[in-house]
Amino acid sequence: MSQLSIGRTGGPPAPIILKPSRGWQGINLRELWRYRELVYFLIWRDIKVRYKQTLLGAAWAVLQPFLTMVVFTLFFGQWIGVPTDEVPPPIFYYAGLLPWQLFQAGVSKAGVSLVSSRNLVTKVYFPRMAVPLAPVMASLVDFVLAFLVLLGMMAYFGVRPTVALWALPLFLLLAVVTALGVGLWLSALNVTYRDIGYIIPFLLQVWFFLSPVVYSASVVPQAYRWLYGVNPMAGVVQGFRWAMLGAGQPEWVSLAISAGVGLFLLISGAMYFRRMERTFADVV
Amino acid sequence: MSDLAIRVEDLGKQYRIGQYVAQYRTLRDVLVEMASAPWRRLRRAEDRHARETIWALRHVSFELRQGQVLGIIGRNGAGKSTLLKLLSRVTEPTEGYAEIYGRVGSLLEVGTGFHPELTGRENIYLNGAILGMRRTEIDRKFDEIVSFAEVEKFIDTPVKRYSSGMYLRLAFAVAAHLEPEILVVDEVLAVGDAQFQRKCLGKMSDVAREGRTVLFVSHNMSAIARLTQDTIVLDKGKVVYFAPTPEAIDFYMTSGLAQQGERRWGAGEAPSGPFRPVALRVVDSRGRQSEQVMASEPFRVEFEYELEQEITGLRVGIYLSTSRGEPVFTSFDTDDPVAFERHTSRPAGRHVSRCHIPAHLLNEGRFVLGVNASSFGIRSYFTEEHALTFSVDPTGAPGSHWPEARRGPIRPALKWEILEAVR
Repeated sequence: MSQLSIGRTGGPPAPIILKPSRGWQGINLRELWRYRELVYFLIWRDIKVRYKQTLLGAAWAVLQPFLTMVVFTLFFGQWIGVPTDEVPPPIFYYAGLLPWQLFQAGVSKAGVSLVSSRNLVTKVYFPRMAVPLAPVMASLVDFVLAFLVLLGMMAYFGVRPTVALWALPLFLLLAVVTALGVGLWLSALNVTYRDIGYIIPFLLQVWFFLSPVVYSASVVPQAYRWLYGVNPMAGVVQGFRWAMLGAGQPEWVSLAISAGVGLFLLISGAMYFRRMERTFADVV
Repeated sequence: MSDLAIRVEDLGKQYRIGQYVAQYRTLRDVLVEMASAPWRRLRRAEDRHARETIWALRHVSFELRQGQVLGIIGRNGAGKSTLLKLLSRVTEPTEGYAEIYGRVGSLLEVGTGFHPELTGRENIYLNGAILGMRRTEIDRKFDEIVSFAEVEKFIDTPVKRYSSGMYLRLAFAVAAHLEPEILVVDEVLAVGDAQFQRKCLGKMSDVAREGRTVLFVSHNMSAIARLTQDTIVLDKGKVVYFAPTPEAIDFYMTSGLAQQGERRWGAGEAPSGPFRPVALRVVDSRGRQSEQVMASEPFRVEFEYELEQEITGLRVGIYLSTSRGEPVFTSFDTDDPVAFERHTSRPAGRHVSRCHIPAHLLNEGRFVLGVNASSFGIRSYFTEEHALTFSVDPTGAPGSHWPEARRGPIRPALKWEILEAVR
């Protein structure tokens, strides 16, 4: 029967072996790749559902960073007078908020994703990593919408992008890598320890102030810049501003540290996730 | 080996009982444990591991050829669902080993992953992807799924606006159009109205006839008998019988395993007072306590209770309703005026009120029994609307030579005359 051979290419297939797994597992990217359509549909669902039954719909993707930027401009720019690297404050804050909100939305949604998809996890098999992966990817869509507004603002304020623009995708990648790494850690932990649900907002708030969103990284004393780089989002936010606005070039040492930490978070997160994966359906 | 579909060897799954009671530990518990006695923590964890675990499934071995349709029966908690969860890879075995040749599709619960805000169309794609279908495959079967579910007009409406019937039909339609080599089905047929169940059963037997391997868990013996060739009987996590289906069902029904059909009330489960419920039982025509009765045979409902003191004017009775909550009837043990006169007062001690339900009264399906004890207009002692469920098997019911669903909760054998009309 021809119908039965869907998804197969010739020859008797290798059997699926079920047995108890022990210790650390490989990250099985091949399996994740085979389920890419599911990942795609989960991302698509997140995007579709996000602004259903709202009056303003996808405009929220822009309004959230924009309104925050207005508040920051009034408070930090006008009243307190935080230096903004010679960049008009609205652009300075908005450009900092974009990568930050990408990270924040990704982490907060991925962190609770496994628990909120409990009915899927306990009923059907698929690589569990698809669950936290989807919200991180879906945040990219909001990012793109908000990014278009940034381009408009730059045109309005007459800020031209510089040659540093080539580095933009790299900083975005680092933001996604970090968000996914943290998201994997938190989502796997949240299955066993529901405390994570309460910790996430607090964690993100602290992280926000440790990242140069409302201030410029240039206020950090030279001697501590490398330590500051341990926060990958410091590198991302600063780097993003530099790539777009040409202001506040990051130091390579601290950037390298940021990239290293981001990568470490992703790999360790994926390994921890894989190790805990087999108990998700029983514990969640 | 080439026609082997599934080989299971010594498969076992252990659960920590703590997971059932307190679903998860808080971080605080762990920190407190570590802070108070870090050296003892590991040892205690070991101890606890030994004490508070149960084997939901153990030492299970069997082989299935391709195209074989296997039934799995056993009472609640026997490990049926655990076995299906293992085979569909939702959870990992604790010990043992299994080989599976081919893609496994599971119908563990219809509607898994449906999102209420999305439209019917969107949910078909999402649900299909979750169940392991490819997009091209869904594209190809889209129209077929929609017409099977009979939701053509509402396909672009969010499913949160669907009636529960439409929702269910759509969910089943997506799952039923999966084409895995191995299909795992868990009791999906227990939902929906009789007509829909009939449709599902029809689809199931199509699947089986197409030569696919099917594992089918059900409490519905007539569905098992109709659809499967061989059946495994599970009890307490072990395979106690594996044989051709008629034999296996016979074993199951006569071995005492099927005898649920009872609800017992423990000490703390009923309000304190002069009336204490003990047990409610369904007893079939052969005098066996059973979860399933035949529509064509009479059966009894027995309510056993204890009175702390003498009660005057007591009436004890049952409510019968369908599994969808429609009332069927209410009846009390002193409905008969003669009985009412004779039992004006009941002495302290154990009593049984037994209700005889005649043959050819109830239609096929699941029913819910409730109980009530009161002195009319004075005091209600005990009431429980959902005390026990049982199912009725239609074999031999009036008109069962036509394989169709009959509407309504009752299916009485009525007298008919067919006459030549006189002009």
